[in-house]
Amino acid sequence: MGKDTGTVLRLNAITKRFGTLTANDRVSFSLGAGEVLALLGENGAGKTTLMNILFGQYMADSGTVEVFGQTLPPGNSRAALDAGVGMVHQHFTLADNMTVQENITLGVQPLFRPMLDKSAARSRIEALSERFHLAVSPNARVGDLTVGERQRVEILKALYRDVRILILDEPTAVLTPQEADDLFATLKTAVENELSVIFISHKLHEVMAISDRVVVLRHGKLVGEVQTDQTDRAALASMMMGGDIPATDVVAATPGATLLELHKVTTPDVGNAPGLKSVSLSLRAGQITGLAGVSGNGQAALADLIGGMRGPSEGRIDVNDVVPRRWSPQEAIRNGIARIPEDRHKVGTIADFDLTENAILERYASHPFSKGGWLSWRASREFAQDVIDKYDVRCPGPDTRIRLLSGGNMQKLILGRVLETNPQIILANQPVRGLDIGAVTYVHEQLLAARDRGAAVLLISEDLDEVMALSDVIHVIAGGRLSPAFARGQMSPTELGIWMAGQGFDEDMPHAS
Amino acid sequence: MRLEAIEDQTWPRRLLPPLIALSVTVVIASGLAMLAGANPFSVLGLILQGAFGSQFAILETLNRATPLIFTGLAVAVAFRAKFWNIGAEAQLYAGALVTVVLGTGVLQWPSLALLPLLAVLAVLAGACLLLVPAVLKTRFGVDEVVTTLLFNFIFLLFISMLLEGPLKDPMGMGWPKSARLLPEARLPRMVDGLRLHWGFGLALISAGAVWIIQSRSTLGYEMRAVGLNKNAAAFAGIPVNRVLIKTALLSGGLAALAGFSEVAGVKGSLTLDLSPGFGYTGIIVAMLALLHPIGVVFAALFVAGIFVGADSMSRAAGVPTYLADIMLATALLLMVLAILLMRFRIVRG
Repeated sequence: MGKDTGTVLRLNAITKRFGTLTANDRVSFSLGAGEVLALLGENGAGKTTLMNILFGQYMADSGTVEVFGQTLPPGNSRAALDAGVGMVHQHFTLADNMTVQENITLGVQPLFRPMLDKSAARSRIEALSERFHLAVSPNARVGDLTVGERQRVEILKALYRDVRILILDEPTAVLTPQEADDLFATLKTAVENELSVIFISHKLHEVMAISDRVVVLRHGKLVGEVQTDQTDRAALASMMMGGDIPATDVVAATPGATLLELHKVTTPDVGNAPGLKSVSLSLRAGQITGLAGVSGNGQAALADLIGGMRGPSEGRIDVNDVVPRRWSPQEAIRNGIARIPEDRHKVGTIADFDLTENAILERYASHPFSKGGWLSWRASREFAQDVIDKYDVRCPGPDTRIRLLSGGNMQKLILGRVLETNPQIILANQPVRGLDIGAVTYVHEQLLAARDRGAAVLLISEDLDEVMALSDVIHVIAGGRLSPAFARGQMSPTELGIWMAGQGFDEDMPHAS
Repeated sequence: MRLEAIEDQTWPRRLLPPLIALSVTVVIASGLAMLAGANPFSVLGLILQGAFGSQFAILETLNRATPLIFTGLAVAVAFRAKFWNIGAEAQLYAGALVTVVLGTGVLQWPSLALLPLLAVLAVLAGACLLLVPAVLKTRFGVDEVVTTLLFNFIFLLFISMLLEGPLKDPMGMGWPKSARLLPEARLPRMVDGLRLHWGFGLALISAGAVWIIQSRSTLGYEMRAVGLNKNAAAFAGIPVNRVLIKTALLSGGLAALAGFSEVAGVKGSLTLDLSPGFGYTGIIVAMLALLHPIGVVFAALFVAGIFVGADSMSRAAGVPTYLADIMLATALLLMVLAILLMRFRIVRG
């Protein structure tokens, strides 16, 4: 337990399934009084589902939530709030056109006698902000505040409601490092004032800096629970991404010519997501190149670059030894790059299009799907039926709207759509995230088959098991920088974890393997 | 109890919203007719009779439906791609303007050459007018709802200026009114002896053409893809901005045909009351039609029928014609509500 005695919050064997996917599998942990507990896990590990169950947005299939010894009634969204649990969401829930004080008292202050309560509320806010070092003026308009200040308002809002347990969801995702330091100072004060804190994050160094204890979720399961002072970043990284299972036997690759090459490519940061920092990378025929890394470290930038969504701001990209003229999705497709996007629901498919319309999404403008600006629905439908048969897409037929399919079947359609053209380069970004075991195996087999017929595959994944099992060559990405290439079996999960934690880049790196 | 989204919309389910909206509209209109001291059944009967009860009534309804089909199509095309063109009114006047500028004597051509040319140039004028908001949107992210809406007022004032100045008919007794079109520039009747001009035929052809474009052409596919999911469309290599521009050109052109057809088919000259809000009513038409081009034809007939029928009902029953406006407004609101509600079902527990 934490540094204090007494448990303030306890989750007992929470299980939640969505269809075939188990989002939370018998997750149990407890939070001690005055403790900072970090809840660590990749995107899709089940952190958000767990918090939604705690706050009554979802009903758990089994398991209970206890706050201060009382079991919360399931599915009641007020229960946790009334019991003194407050949450600061990653995306703020403030009204920009109102003052700080109005935002804080919104929903708490009675509507009659507003004048009388205003000064009392004001002095209370001032007292709270002094006590917790949350400097912000009650009269400022929220729209004029910086992101860091807005977060302080959110925390004050929770404190104003007398919460005893404060949950912060990815609180530093939107903060600058200095603002993050201020936040940590506030949290320390909070704990001294006998609040308990759950800190949800996937940033290892923050977890190490602020928490007393760490709970790690992976694929919906609780895979580790350690005192922070008895662990280190590399151990947490491998716990979070699973480096505990040995690689499955994959026949060694016979790499051929380099098909795609990046020369010292730099792309700008987008918001808080880092861009690439002088990245050089070669994708060779007949080889799977795996990209390991904690999410939000430049994977999206690399995927956008190779997929044609964004061009390099510095450096150069060569496809089949040619520098493409205007780098765009069309250009990428024309150059034989098969793209399996990270978000198959919002980017990979159009939910209200049927399977036929989704199957031709990248190639509707070319033969045989259209001629002179007119579509051939017959050829399109035949192609969709072909993909459905060959790639085992379980669906009522090609006229079904794709939103009715499971994630696995959706992914199979995307795979079929891009693999049917025998692409030479394959960009697979998180290709199995959120899929059930059967679909995972299927996708992996398809990628290996593509490699064996001579395609160059780039596999981006936050699951270290997956990267280590499939890749012939592994790079680690951290903060937009790329590690040298490591051959299969060259590095242990712990060694890769060190790179993922952003260490190892310090010395001027050569690009040799 | 909670609401759950219904994922699979079968055809009968999709047709339910208009039916529900219409029946509830009729109930509400009956109540209002009673408030006005009339028998609701006879009021509804009179509306129906006034709209469809005689050959004259039917032709009047078809004539009134013609501009609504054009503006309805214009809105439906744009909304399908989630390009919110609220400016069909201005584009209508752009088409009308071109028609009177070139059709009153500048070009002395025979009908068969002049009319197609006027139609094409009207389309271009409407397209160009909507090009400005479209480029502002794709280049600078300016909200097209605002720009297209404001363009309506700007353009109407521009027309007003022209009608008080260079376009003013010298024989017009001082009224702000353009000169009359040459006889060669007037749309002929579809059938001799019947008061129905070829604008209606052109409207039907346009609806059919839009339907074919939407369902069979690559452009239609692109427009639907962009409307449903811009991110996925962009990822798949669909040139989103170019598609939006093309959509705007098509939409503006269709709305301009309403102006061409009203001037060349009905009025013969341009005045500031050429359109009693056909551009705005086009939004109602398109929504009632669920943005389907063939549905637009039926929705336009329905809306035109209510207007025409309410006129004659008002004379016979003494109920104000405002009932027609209320009915349309109610139908639109109920339609939007019904579309929303039909997507969900109530689940217990």
